[in-house]
Order: sequence, then C-alpha cells, then structure tokens
Amino acid sequence: MEMVVCVKQVPDASEVRVDPATNNLMREGVPSIMNPFDRHAIEAALRLREAVGGRITALSMGPPQAEEVLREAIALGVDEAVLVCDRAFAGSDTLATSYTLALAIRKLGAVDLVLCGQQSIDGETAQVGPELAEHLGFAQCSYVRALGKPAEGALEVERAAEDGYERVRLLLPAVLTVMKELNEPRLPSLKGMLRAKKAELRIWTAADLGADPSRIGQAGSPTRVAGVFAPQRGKKAQLLTGSVVEQVQALVERLQAERVI
Amino acid sequence: MLNYFLTEEQEMIRDLARRLAEEKVAPVARELDEKEEFPHEIMRLCAEADLFGVWIPEEYGGLGGGVLEQVLVVEELSRACAGVATTYAASALGGYPILLFGSEEQKKRYLPDLAAGRRLAAFALTEAGAGSDAGSIRTRAVREGDYYVLNGTKQWITNGGEADLYVVIAVTDPEKGSRGVSAFIVEKGTPGFSFGAKEKKMGIRASTTRELIFADCRVPRENLLGKEGMGFLVAMRTLDRTRPGVGAQAVGIAQGALDAAVRYARERRQFDQPIISFQAIQHKLADMAIQVEAARALVYAVARAIDAGAKEFSKESAMAKVFASDVAMRVTVEAVQILGGNGYSREYPVEKMMRDAKVTQIYEGTNEIQRNIIAQALAKEYAKTE
Ligand SMILES: Cc1cc2nc3c(=O)[nH]c(=O)nc-3n(C[C@@H](O)[C@H](O)[C@H](O)COP(=O)(O)OP(=O)(O)OC[C@H]3O[C@@H](n4cnc5c(N)ncnc54)[C@H](O)[C@@H]3O)c2cc1C
Ligand SMILES: Cc1cc2nc3c(=O)[nH]c(=O)nc-3n(C[C@H](O)[C@H](O)[C@H](O)COP(=O)(O)OP(=O)(O)OC[C@H]3O[C@@H](n4cnc5c(N)ncnc54)[C@H](O)[C@@H]3O)c2cc1C
Repeated sequence: MEMVVCVKQVPDASEVRVDPATNNLMREGVPSIMNPFDRHAIEAALRLREAVGGRITALSMGPPQAEEVLREAIALGVDEAVLVCDRAFAGSDTLATSYTLALAIRKLGAVDLVLCGQQSIDGETAQVGPELAEHLGFAQCSYVRALGKPAEGALEVERAAEDGYERVRLLLPAVLTVMKELNEPRLPSLKGMLRAKKAELRIWTAADLGADPSRIGQAGSPTRVAGVFAPQRGKKAQLLTGSVVEQVQALVERLQAERVI
Repeated sequence: MLNYFLTEEQEMIRDLARRLAEEKVAPVARELDEKEEFPHEIMRLCAEADLFGVWIPEEYGGLGGGVLEQVLVVEELSRACAGVATTYAASALGGYPILLFGSEEQKKRYLPDLAAGRRLAAFALTEAGAGSDAGSIRTRAVREGDYYVLNGTKQWITNGGEADLYVVIAVTDPEKGSRGVSAFIVEKGTPGFSFGAKEKKMGIRASTTRELIFADCRVPRENLLGKEGMGFLVAMRTLDRTRPGVGAQAVGIAQGALDAAVRYARERRQFDQPIISFQAIQHKLADMAIQVEAARALVYAVARAIDAGAKEFSKESAMAKVFASDVAMRVTVEAVQILGGNGYSREYPVEKMMRDAKVTQIYEGTNEIQRNIIAQALAKEYAKTE
C-alpha cells in the first residue's frame, strides 16, 4: 500500500500570538513542533504498513526549517520525505495549501491512502484534508477514530459524528483525517534517528510541481483574515463574607438580581 | 548538571531514554511497584526505541556504543523507576558474557536478538549458600557426550522466568576450586530447566527476582561459554563492566530524589516561608547535589576509561559502584526527611526511591565485597612499587 502522510510544522504554543498590525501569526522565537495530530496520522500509517506492507512518504509544505518535522517523521519510521518549499507559496490559505499538496501527491505517482491530522493547532481550520480529497478526486473521511485493515481495495473506518459514531467503508484511494484517540503514537527509535540525520529529503519548488501561479501563495488564497484577537478574559470573582447564613442570603439575592433564579 | 561533553549520538541516546522514562515509565512507576508487576509493555517500548542495543556492536545488530551508552540509559530509566532500570540492565548483565567470551557463532546467534530486545537475558551466579562467597557454588555441570547435564538451584536471579537466555555459572570440576567452574548459555524451555519461588522484595519491585531450578537439564556442548574452567573469569570480567551500570542506577535514583526534594522545598511553606529558605534545608540540598554530581562524574569517568580500552579497571569499577550506591542511600534518606510526613507517604515518590536505593549497595557484589576488591588491588599496587 502506497501511503502519504501530510505533516505540518506548527509553533509550540498553546496561545498563538498575533501581530496586531498585520493580523498574521507571529512565529519568531516560538519553538516549532510537528502538529500533534499528525503524529497520530504517522502512527496510523506505520501500523497499516506493519499489517499489510507498503511504503510511507511524509509530505510537508513550509519554509526550509519544516525539514525538521520531516526528519522526525523518518525517525519514527516513514520511508521517505518530501518538502514542498518555495517563496511563491508564502501566504497560502487552506485552498492554496491543499492545491499545492495535491500537486505534490500526484507527482509522487499512484497513492492508495493519504493521511492528515484532524486539524492543525495553529490554523485549526480542519479544511486541508477534505480539500485535498476534492483536488485529487479521492474518497474522504474526516475525524477517523478507528481503522480496519484494508482489503479488496477498500477500507473500513469509524468516524466521530456530532451525536455518535459512523462506520464508513471507503473505496481506495482515499484521504483520511485522524483524531488523537485513533492510537497512541510511538517514540522514535535510535536507528530511526540516525537514519533521519543522514536521510536526503526531496525538495520540490513551484516549478517542479508545475503549479499554476494564480492558484498558489497569496494570489491563490481567497481567504482574507479580517481580524484575529484573543478573547478578553476578565476576572470578576467576588468573595462573599460573613456567616454562612449571610453568605447564602447574599448569594440568593445576587442570583435573583441577575435573573438566574 | 555538569556538561560532560557527550557526543551527539550519546546525547541522542540520553534524550530518548529520558523521554521514554518521563512519558512512559514515570506515570506507571507507582503502580508497577505496588503490584510487583513485571514491566512487559515498557520493555517492549525500550526494544522499539533500540535501547537494548546501545552497548552491542553494529555487526551484531546494535548501535556500537559501550559502557557509557548503557550507563546513560540506565541512569535515565532509574530516575523514573529503578525497578524498570534493573530489568533493562539485567539483560546486559546476561549479554556481556556472550559479547566478551562468546564464539563468533554464539555472538551471531544471540546478540542480534538481545540488541533488538526480542529476547531478554539474565545472569545466574548466586545460590542459597553462595552469595559473597561465590566460590562455594554447588550447581553442577557434568559432561555427557555432546551435552552438559546441569543440576542445582540458583537464587536471586533478576529476570528469572521472564528472560529467554540465561548465562549460568556451574561447577564442572570440583577438584579444581575456582578454576573448576564454567559458564553456560541456557535457553528458557530447555527440558529440566524450571523456575522456583519469586522473591518478595523491599524495593525495585517491578523487577522480577526468582529461583532457577536445574534438574538433569541437558545443555548442548556448544553452549559452553569460553573454555571449561573459565567460569569465574567470565563472571568477574562481566561484573567489572556492569558495575558502573549499578552506579548509574544509583545516580539516577539519587537525581530523582534530589529533583523531588528541591521542587518540594520550593513549594512547601512553614512559618510563612518556603522551607527552602531555611539554611538547614539549603545545606542538605547542597550536600545532596554535590554528592550526586560527584557520583555521576566518577561513574562516567570509569565508563569512559573502559570504553577507551583500559586494561585494568576492577578497582575503579568497584569504586564507582560503592560510591554511587552509598550516595543514593544517603541522598534518598535526606529527600524523605525534606518532604517530612509526605516523604514517608506512598503518595510521594521519595519513599520508593529510598527503598530502591538500598539494593544498589547489595547486588552485583555487596559494598563490603567491593571495598575488599579495592583494598586488595591497593595492596597489590603498592607491593609492586616497593
Ligand atoms: C487565523 C489564521 C492565521 C493565518 N496566518 C497565516 C500566516 O501568518 N502566514 C501564512 O502563510 N498562513 C497563514 N494562515 C493560513 C495557513 O498557514 C494555514 O494554516 C494552512 O493553509 C493550513 O491550514 P490549517 O493550519 O488550518 O490546517 P488544517 O486544515 O487544520 O490541517 C489539517 C491537516 O492538514 C495537513 N496540513 C495542513 N497544512 C499543511 C502543510 N502546510 N503541509 C502539510 N500538511 C499540512 C496536516 O495533516 C494537518 O493535520 C493562517 C490561517 C489562519 C486560520
Ligand atoms: C534484588 C536482587 C537481585 C539480584 N540479582 C542477581 C542476579 O541477577 N544474579 C545473581 O547471580 N545474583 C543476584 N543477586 C544476588 C546478589 O548478588 C547477592 O545477594 C549478593 O552478592 C550478596 O550475597 P548474599 O545475599 O548471599 O549475602 P552474604 O554474602 O550472605 O552477605 C551478608 C553480609 O555479610 C557481608 N559479608 C560477606 N562476606 C564478607 C566479607 N568477606 N567481608 C566483609 N563482609 C562480608 C556482606 O557484605 C553482607 O553485608 C541479587 C540480589 C538481590 C537482592
């Protein structure tokens, strides 16, 4: 089975800082990590390879330093890695990102399964996976929480829906986006880390992909970020004092005043 | 911690071992201890991470490191759980005799499985009547054609029942005393080889310690390690190489206790101030830190000397083991004191560390025996200079 895992390098910060002038994410000085969901996508691919054999390529679009997450993927056990990297891709929204990744996947040749994380922890749109499937004309299933064993060109998966779980049978090739509960990612191995240090990554530019300049980067991104802000969190706690009876009385009065009771 | 200028690869090994210890071992350490449960899952993770192969040459499937690499892994695992570290380290204790004395065929046959962690090893010298006095072992191996027939019982064997390979020291010629002892590789499942009672221990309870029983157990001749009569040499050379590992275990336990004590002392408030502001506590912590770093420095220095090809290192290897284990005992006792009542509680990690530390003064040769070794070496060295 030929598999591709899409991995994104993201800033390691629970709160994303935004440049107030440009509304862009400020990435300087924040250490970068592999998008945590993508670890689960890699683990899923590794387990499928253990079960039915095949090859896994890790694919990332990003600046040259995104190479780090690809080397990490190799340390975890993927066979090869491709970095899609070009100044022309700067400013890509999810549409341009998925278009570009789809071109790279086509260039890789016959692919049976593409695995993505459920969402990134910075952009958090959860759009790239489904859009990829559209560009590629593959079947798709998002929020996958359990995987069967592929057989006869099909794969059974279980996905989380709003009010329960759905069992879906997909014809391959397909794109999946995976949840954290799908598996517990392994640690890298020492031999994998040594291999990762020496591994040669393939680096593809816009020209290598034959990308349409109007569909990549800023030009190919119809999304306009009108404003990004952190929600205001104010502490409004008040301490009621006095005897227990007085406190309860005060509390009831306040709740009535606020029309809670 | 002092910068020991490890190589990039050594740092990689230490960092991965630390990650495994923090993410996978620490969260279950308490439970493994209380249930006296063998850490199967953690051993599988160590295998997957290639940690079992750090001291094994590349030609046998390992990473080509040496004693220092092994020491780094043991130290990190011990910080989280010394029982897990013992289980891991005992496989090297059973593997080193094969690396040091095995024929090319034996090495090819066994080391790749040990490196990959597909099989665990153990080392069996001690018997009920033969602890410090290893020369008095009774287990017999009698040659019969293409086999040696083993009879006897080994006691206190780490990984007993769980390991797949056992290096067993047995008497082949009772007339010859310590020169009449030989080492054998015995595979689990060999007819006549079974396991007896498990020890109920004070500490390192995740590690299994068990009796090995040999009743007319026929071991193929090709499983003899080295030559007949080399058993003690095999045992002593092996222990010389693994004692820094016991030292590393002690350093790891002591570091874990120091970590817990400093954190606690910064948080715990009495008399309106954190207890770390009391000089009595400060000096305890300072003394603990001095001892831990000194122990680590000695353990690493000895490990490096061995890896660099030192010829004689029994004395120094014994020093590393004695010094670090005595440090671990003192430091863990102080850590319990700093945590006060909570130090004595099983809700906090330091009481376990104190129980775990004790064994490092006992096994792989008690500290009294190590001091004997050191003193004998001194006497010999000084006799030469006169
Ligand atoms: C608030 C906001 C601010 C933004 N700021 C910037 C900015 O400053 N600069 C800028 O260039 N872009 C910016 N973007 C857009 C862009 O970087 C998106 O993050 C990108 O298009 C991917 O979308 P996502 O992060 O939501 O991924 P999701 O759709 O949430 O990701 C799902 C999965 O898709 C895959 N995937 C996503 N992106 C990649 C990738 N690059 N390579 C490989 N696989 C991937 C991974 O498997 C991932 O788990 C911003 C987007 C938002 C919403
Ligand atoms: C948890 C655990 C795991 C173990 N794992 C293994 C294993 O995997 N393989 C294995 O072969 N063995 C193993 N052992 C055995 C261990 O090596 C012995 O317990 C140790 O060598 C001491 O022997 P003993 O218990 O018989 O004590 P003894 O030899 O009876 O010693 C009792 C006391 O007398 C002191 N003493 C004895 N002789 C002298 C002397 N000449 N001078 C001064 N003091 C002396 C000792 O230092 C000690 O304080 C293990 C032990 C433990 C506790």
